[in-house]
Amino acid sequence: MTEATTTTAAVDYWSMVFVLVLATFIGLGVIRRVSRLLYTPLMSLTNAISAIAVVGSLVVTGAEYPTTIRVLGAIALFASMTNIVSGFLITDRMLKMFKKQ
Amino acid sequence: MTRAVAQFAAILATALFIFSLHWMNDPKTARHGVVAGVSGMLVAVLATWFQPEIVHHGWIVLAIVAGFIVGVPLSRVPLTAVPQRTALSHAFGGLAAGLVGTAEYYLWLGKGPELLTPFRMSAIVAEVILGFLTFTGSLMAAGKLQEVRWIPQRPVTYPGQNFVNIGILGVAVVLGVLVVLQPTAVWSGRAFSGIVGLAVLFGVLLIIPIGGADMPTVISILNSYAGLSAVAMGFVLDNKLLVTAGALDGSSGLILSIIMCRAMNRSFTNVLFGAFGQVQAATAVGEQKEWKQETIEGAAQLLEQASLVVIIPGYGMAVAQAQHKVRELYDQLTKRGIAVKFAIHPVAGRMPGHMNVLLAEANIPYTALVEMDEINPEMPQCDVALVIGANDVVNPAARYAKHTPIYGMPIIDADKAKTVLAIKRSKNPGFAGIDNELYVQDNTWMLFGDAKAVLGDLVKQFGSGGLH
Repeated sequence: MTEATTTTAAVDYWSMVFVLVLATFIGLGVIRRVSRLLYTPLMSLTNAISAIAVVGSLVVTGAEYPTTIRVLGAIALFASMTNIVSGFLITDRMLKMFKKQ
Repeated sequence: MTRAVAQFAAILATALFIFSLHWMNDPKTARHGVVAGVSGMLVAVLATWFQPEIVHHGWIVLAIVAGFIVGVPLSRVPLTAVPQRTALSHAFGGLAAGLVGTAEYYLWLGKGPELLTPFRMSAIVAEVILGFLTFTGSLMAAGKLQEVRWIPQRPVTYPGQNFVNIGILGVAVVLGVLVVLQPTAVWSGRAFSGIVGLAVLFGVLLIIPIGGADMPTVISILNSYAGLSAVAMGFVLDNKLLVTAGALDGSSGLILSIIMCRAMNRSFTNVLFGAFGQVQAATAVGEQKEWKQETIEGAAQLLEQASLVVIIPGYGMAVAQAQHKVRELYDQLTKRGIAVKFAIHPVAGRMPGHMNVLLAEANIPYTALVEMDEINPEMPQCDVALVIGANDVVNPAARYAKHTPIYGMPIIDADKAKTVLAIKRSKNPGFAGIDNELYVQDNTWMLFGDAKAVLGDLVKQFGSGGLH
């Protein structure tokens, strides 16, 4: 994940942009079909998913870096973790309530 | 070897996240979505944690435990508080992105300044600006929604506000460009701190002029920013999983923002820079019509004689926590063979889908919840439209009153029903600050009082045997 810090700066940025464009199109396509009833849980679900940023904070917190930087990482890790836990739990709690009867 | 495992885990997590969102297209499958999302997250986190460069585990465990300690109670808030919880989680997302961006900048500055290529440096600047403005902007939004005392609820405006806001963002961007061009100059560190400070300030100032009725749109926009800051983090860390997940979040926020804006007939710029509820000129009212009040008994009789009742809930229902009483009334009516539907306006409440969640909590089947576009053609056949704490979304002035801020906003055609019953807390106008002529229509009858209390009285009428 931190290859960039260990190897050279020769990151293939074009392939990153490529991924971004494709992922955006997939996102637009999938989200457009989400049930209108479920917009509130959708927001808490996407929120939890984007807390995948936790993988960035994990590396910053756990690698052999200066203490100040690891402190920033740990705070970020805490913030992302809070989103993951509360996001998934509350999404499930809300979805459980939608019954057809 | 572990690298390959990590790459594979990232691909697997991406697929799981896409499935997770895909399953949200139907309430029947939606809970699979949570399972897929949690699995994707576990896979990605574990694969990262086992990377060889992670050598310190103590702080990681500590941060994760702290995340659980704060996260679990946050997931148990009452459903009326879900908008502020959502805003708070956008704030956390923004904070994480901003902090990681800051950490990476100083890390590379110290270790390998040659790695701060213009592309990577641009990504860091974008990540930090987006992250910190989302952080403070969402905190402000959460504060307004929670009605924290020292954050004004009403929009706060002053002359030249937009110039100040755009100016601050402009200075931050200029500093950003300078840092991108000269990431290692003597002044770069200070300029970088300046960017952070300005982004923090901009987030606060951006939300100050925004009022409660605009919250559904603003929360959606902040959602989009939170996603974009995750994308920028992906660029900084060269991590495609972050880019993908951020893009999914960003596009979700974008679609919701567009739907919310359309539902209010407004543009993004108008929401962010328009200060709803402040701009309208004083309306010259011709003849002042009088409200007609109805008794509980009379209202119950009207409802009992109906064959189709459409209930139109608004934020007032949420404030009064009246959804369970609504359910009791729904039971009483359906028991008598009366068809009951709920008309849901896209911006009713304080966030997208807010009404649906509240009604689902009260065990109202989701098949009874009908979107505005579907219910409107049926409104002329509706015998009683029961408006519960909704105001602007049923105001017929939106169709023709050009000088009002709600002009052009699609509304639920409550006024076309044969009879309208409106439960309203007070005689004050709604959030947009305009009189609602639905309430003084010839076929409208008002029930003043707290929604929960009024509905409770209505249900009692049905239960007491006074009606059969």
